Amino acid sequence: MKYLDEYRDREAARTLASAIGQTVTRPWTIMEVCGGQTHTIVKYGIDEILPPEIELVHGPGCPVCVTSLEMLDRAHEIASHSDVIFCSFGDMLRVPGSRRDLLEVKSHGGDVRIVYSPLDAVDIAAANRDRRVVFFAVGFETTAPPNAMAVHLAKRRKLTNFSLLVSHVLVPPVMRALLASPNNRVQGFLGPGHVCAVMGYAEYESLAAQFHTPIVITGFEPLDMLEGVLWTIRQLESGRGEVENQYARAVRREGNPNSKHLIEDVFEICDRKWRGLGMIAQSGHRLRDEYRDYDADRVFETSHIEAQEPSICISGQVLQGLKKPHDCPAFGQQCTPQTPLGATMVSSEGACAAYFAYGRHLLTRRNGTTDAEQNAHPGNKRLMVPLDVRR
Amino acid sequence: MCLAIPGKVVATYREHDMLMGKVDFGGVLRRVCLEHVSDVQPGQYVLVHVGFALTRIDEEEAQRVFQLLDELNQLDELKSPANTDASPITQQQP
Repeated sequence: MKYLDEYRDREAARTLASAIGQTVTRPWTIMEVCGGQTHTIVKYGIDEILPPEIELVHGPGCPVCVTSLEMLDRAHEIASHSDVIFCSFGDMLRVPGSRRDLLEVKSHGGDVRIVYSPLDAVDIAAANRDRRVVFFAVGFETTAPPNAMAVHLAKRRKLTNFSLLVSHVLVPPVMRALLASPNNRVQGFLGPGHVCAVMGYAEYESLAAQFHTPIVITGFEPLDMLEGVLWTIRQLESGRGEVENQYARAVRREGNPNSKHLIEDVFEICDRKWRGLGMIAQSGHRLRDEYRDYDADRVFETSHIEAQEPSICISGQVLQGLKKPHDCPAFGQQCTPQTPLGATMVSSEGACAAYFAYGRHLLTRRNGTTDAEQNAHPGNKRLMVPLDVRR
Repeated sequence: MCLAIPGKVVATYREHDMLMGKVDFGGVLRRVCLEHVSDVQPGQYVLVHVGFALTRIDEEEAQRVFQLLDELNQLDELKSPANTDASPITQQQP
């Protein structure tokens, strides 16, 4: 496929990895923000062809992973209404709330449907006028334009039975929260390529300047990520902290003005609670008053929710880049994609799911220790040998 | 989820007063909303997320990383031909 295959070329990847190796002179910690980028890193073994001085830590860019427990519980309650058709992206179906997940609601008779696009949910509403149709609007800024368009389309088609349960989260506030945290070890960022395709990257410039941290807006294919790392390392090695755009085939500084306009029309910024991270001010969207008829939060009364997180799950620390999936005692044991304890294992973009899918829990070093044992002794990091387990 | 993939616009049409398109993803055709890339022409590529085109792919910029690679390869040839110790990249099957 054009614009995909050529960015997966093996020889080109080796060339970029070699250039990175020649540029780096000391250890650096870089975070990739997006779950999709985490997936590419794990799938293609990007972290393993990089020189050992570079540590890649995984960021909170998985909207499924950061949807709050309260929001999930609210979704489950709404989906249980007998007259509701609850539409959602597929990967929300198995995310555990306090007591259950959407799949369980469905198995108890709830009409829960997987849709590919929010526009499909509008079609469902048009075809089922006697039912209330709710779309679970989970996502970062990338998903805001299609969600906003769904509201406009419902209005245009004069539908009175369609609403969004809005759970949008925004990237710049969470990056600011990470950078401002006293625990932060991240020195450079691979910025969110598709978020910036929509929003542009002007709002990252003040972050880069304030914290003197390089932010390279990066795509999602192996060559994109390697080039993003190369540019970040070049900045770090020369003491710069600026925004650069590696993903220029899709991202312009001003983003997509039409999309930004529509988002501004339909949504306003609000405080948002992030699962595993807590409340981050001004980090989410809600529907504006003019669109209250399309706001599931206002259409449906939900009871007061007492949310409870399983205590063994460390997904909050994984999302901040403080721990890796295999640092978790439950990883690959009680917690697997079939029996997830937390959202980072359920979501296709979650770091734990990525590590599990690409065999990271099967790691054994030539000296016989597992990856988890290896990581318990930080001094062993430099002794990491290439994986023997590859299919 | 921010997974978006490039596809080639094959045809455009209007539906419910919205600009829509038939977009080809390596042989699979899907219906995509083109409202926010309204100047796109058939034959051009768009980046699609959940049935919605986010932006048009800039062909010229798409080539840039390959120009960088050419430069890096030329630089390598000027230096000594010592082998790199980068491990080969392998793609795992999930």
